[in-house]
Amino acid sequence: MASEKFVIPIGPQHPALKEPGHFEFNVDGEIVTDASVRLGYVHRGIEKGAETRNFVQAEYLVERICGICSHVHATAFCLGVERLAGVEAPPRAQAIRQIVAELERIHSHLLWVGVAAHEAGFDTLFMYTWRDRETVMNLLEGITGNRVNYSANVLGGVKCDIGPEQAEAIQIGLNFLEERTRHYLEVVSSDAMFLRRTRGIGVMTREDAERMGVVGPTARASGVPRDVRIDAPYLLYAEHPVELVIEEAGDLEARFKVRVRELFESYRVIRELLTALPEGELTARIPRRIKPAETISRVEAPRGELFYFIKSNGTDSAERVKVRTPTLPNMASVLALSVGHQLADVPMILAGIDPCFSCNDRMAVVKRNGDEQVWTWEQLRQYGIEYYR
Amino acid sequence: MTLKLDQSWQAALDKLKTWARINSPWAIHFNSGSCNGCDIEILATLTPRYDVERLGIKLQGSPRHADVLICTGPVTRQARDRLVRIYEQMPEPKFVIAVGSCALSGGAFRGCYNILGGVDQVIPVDVYVPGCPPRPEAIIDGVVKLLAKLRGADPSDTPVVFDPDSAGEAAILAGEDPVEGPAHAQQEEEAIA
Repeated sequence: MASEKFVIPIGPQHPALKEPGHFEFNVDGEIVTDASVRLGYVHRGIEKGAETRNFVQAEYLVERICGICSHVHATAFCLGVERLAGVEAPPRAQAIRQIVAELERIHSHLLWVGVAAHEAGFDTLFMYTWRDRETVMNLLEGITGNRVNYSANVLGGVKCDIGPEQAEAIQIGLNFLEERTRHYLEVVSSDAMFLRRTRGIGVMTREDAERMGVVGPTARASGVPRDVRIDAPYLLYAEHPVELVIEEAGDLEARFKVRVRELFESYRVIRELLTALPEGELTARIPRRIKPAETISRVEAPRGELFYFIKSNGTDSAERVKVRTPTLPNMASVLALSVGHQLADVPMILAGIDPCFSCNDRMAVVKRNGDEQVWTWEQLRQYGIEYYR
Repeated sequence: MTLKLDQSWQAALDKLKTWARINSPWAIHFNSGSCNGCDIEILATLTPRYDVERLGIKLQGSPRHADVLICTGPVTRQARDRLVRIYEQMPEPKFVIAVGSCALSGGAFRGCYNILGGVDQVIPVDVYVPGCPPRPEAIIDGVVKLLAKLRGADPSDTPVVFDPDSAGEAAILAGEDPVEGPAHAQQEEEAIA
């Protein structure tokens, strides 16, 4: 009996995260010896859905891939379609896109700090960050009219302008947030109780990070200099660059520090853009039908690199839209890092990559009538033959 | 097990049960395919600006402890069985609030191959909260409407009356923020450190 594995299933409905994902952890006492994940509970068929809608409709659909980072999804899609059509958004539109993107990063990182602190049992920090996050939600609502899923982008530009009063409001909001963020940086790097849950937990070396191909703040916390905003600037990131925020330790503490320090960069860039907001039009005309071509567009979502592949076929809808979201490459690191840790640390390690299942789940195993999930080689071969017959 | 009580005692017991249920509904949240937008707004209702816990509403981890199932998102084929299972695990009487356009009808995802439609395609729904995503105020209003229904009133024609003596509720109604501003934050800084 001693050799038998003890499996702890978690999910898909579980109190730790608000999204469904199913995990199975093999444990030896309290120590995790193996981990596996089953995703796909929020697979909605968006990529296929985007093919049946025209470009304008598809933009609203891809925005709803993820409610937390909806703006970057729409930005990546718009940049791709604009490139296919040979249109470039006016400079003012690009600046506003960048401002909204950075405001969204602020909201996402504050949200993450709160949720990750909640996983550690530090609910006080959770409540404080979420209270302060309402400031940036107000700013986003002031600019775009909605708290979540802002729809700031349209193909060829943006639909909302930033006037002097809004710029003023943003400045005041940022001043408040900057002061609070300084405090949070102090808490996550000096609170003794909190550090016991984060320092040295879930250490990912730079080699591991590169081998597993992790992206975004998770990679930067392991010393991998990887940020699309710097490597391949889009929007106005070439004129108004952000500085690379990097930590070497690779543990949870480093992931906290990277995200909180990135907030300061976002504040700085938004201020810089507000003072140098280009004048001009908000949208450029974009043709309804787009000639056959294909393109990729990459942007830096709050969680890491977001990748879009778009293929047009001469009609008003896309032939193929392929999305790769940052959670997918990062998910592998959770499974690898969990091994050897206590089960109690697993929620923190999972939260450490800032997982977003709704972004992630665009792939599913279709269960055909009555057949089992595990196939033998012979069955698989037969299926392949049948499929391509 | 059924208690045999005479009518007046039974009536009193029912009254007590309704009172307890209305005063502190425990909710469980399940995402059956949502984009996360509604989920973070539900979470936002728990945090200081909206803070529904002060009204006795508590978000709960286990379906066995919950009175109210708050559902977000269209129902995907993968999540359907889980949603039904969670609904069946909840003790009677149970209520369902569908939050967000997707939970109402499938919303932006209507027509996608993996979508069954709204939550009411799978389980009975008591309250619908529209919006993409609904504001936290709307979600709170949905819960209040449900409570009005439990109290026996017809929620469709009964305007929800907040107690004006309660400062927090009045502030929410007036669209003010009960806790905001750097001055306030500074005072509390010592508390967190």
